[in-house]
Amino acid sequence: MTVAKIPEKISPRPSLRRKIEDLSGQKIAACFQCEKCTNGCPVTFAMDVVPHRLMRMLQLGLLDEAIRSDTIWVCASCETCTTRCPNDIDIAHVMDALRQLSQREGIKVVQKNAPTFHAAFLASLRRHGRVHEPEMAVEYMLRSGGLSGLRKQAGTGMAMFKRGKIKLLPPRVRAGRQVKNIFKKVKR
Amino acid sequence: MEVSYYPGCSIEGIAREYGESVAAVARILGIDLKELEDWTCCGAASAHATDDMLALALPARNLETADKAGLDMVVPCAACYSRLKHADKALRAGTKIEGVNGGYKGDFRIKHLVDFIWEEVGEKAILEKVSKPLSGLKAVCYYGCLITRPPRITDAVDADNPESMDNILKTLGAEVKNWSYKTDCCGAEHVLTMPEVAWKMIQKLFDMAEEAGADAIAVACPMCQSNLDTHQDEISAQAGKQYNVPIIYSTELMGLAFGAPEADKWFARHFVDPRPLLREKGLL
Ligand code: SF4
Ligand code: SF4
Repeated sequence: MTVAKIPEKISPRPSLRRKIEDLSGQKIAACFQCEKCTNGCPVTFAMDVVPHRLMRMLQLGLLDEAIRSDTIWVCASCETCTTRCPNDIDIAHVMDALRQLSQREGIKVVQKNAPTFHAAFLASLRRHGRVHEPEMAVEYMLRSGGLSGLRKQAGTGMAMFKRGKIKLLPPRVRAGRQVKNIFKKVKR
Repeated sequence: MEVSYYPGCSIEGIAREYGESVAAVARILGIDLKELEDWTCCGAASAHATDDMLALALPARNLETADKAGLDMVVPCAACYSRLKHADKALRAGTKIEGVNGGYKGDFRIKHLVDFIWEEVGEKAILEKVSKPLSGLKAVCYYGCLITRPPRITDAVDADNPESMDNILKTLGAEVKNWSYKTDCCGAEHVLTMPEVAWKMIQKLFDMAEEAGADAIAVACPMCQSNLDTHQDEISAQAGKQYNVPIIYSTELMGLAFGAPEADKWFARHFVDPRPLLREKGLL
């Protein structure tokens, strides 16, 4: 686990707070630090910054630190915080906005398995219109752990195969072209 | 009863027994599942972690098809359900979505399968089909995150305490235990990206199910099932305690209680084989 670097002396930077408010569409300034988000979060044990503290960082404009935290990748998008926030802040969506920003700015992520997984998932989806699970899994394992990573997971793959859970042929979808177009249009 | 059916990518793969049991149960209950023509992937967590528009456009192109069909749409996966509901809410609010031409009527509802079966098929019709009640089977119902959260999107009445699956299982004659972990998180894609973290989250669910006095966990989502079922050896090794908890799809339990002859074949696909428990209870 990395520990997000929080400077000792902080001069608030409202422009960066406004930036993440614009990107996420959420009024982060409304957070009054009640800690409900943190108390309901099932993964705080693996986070370097718990959710309410991350919100405080964003209020102060510590955006560069926030997008380098483990937390944005450790968050499992369970939506508990979003459901419970008394100020209606969609915290799970703020996490999304931070992940998107991290990927767009090409931040070197310590928890790199997470963005690697998303890339492999979307690559398979883009190729076929649907996700071809075995292809996605192999691509993810090769990219994240190389051949040794793949070998480590081979047992689970074999067990899945024996249980008839692996479809060898990729899906064939006529709407594949439409899906490719969506990807082309949204790619920045 | 005719409905549109959005199966989702896992149904032909890791969740094959879910797809098979959904089809059998629908046939028995007289639900005519019209698979959505040329459906494509909802984008799941990877799309919303990457781009807001991508996360709306991928499910929205399926909604356009469903809109034309004009039938209520049933979704067996919690994650697909959530992404489709997100896009539906956005379209209803008039959000311009890439690839969608406009003219969305939205004259249909999107329902997760367990809600659909309980609310639309109903207790009486389920009870009529029960030929082998699940007497003596002690289970908790596990819904996971996205069937109910966030309620602004899912329209759930009680986000912490959904009851449709509990009610279905009770109607099948099972002994359904109460617990507070119905909607806790299964760890999602962390089983691949941060396995130790996911295993700890799953272990908590096992411990709480045990404390509630359950012998099995009933589920309604391919990712929940796969996460809880596949890694019990690793979870046991990490926890220093042996786990062997059958994780059974709600539709498999319905099929079993309805006397569907294929049930045995579904159970054979599990990592933790539920058959010894079911035999011990005289249900197989
Ligand atoms: S629940 Fe909302 S208001 Fe409370 S600390 Fe978290 S973000 Fe702030
Ligand atoms: S969405 Fe993320 S931050 Fe919020 S409670 Fe769930 S895991 Fe924690």
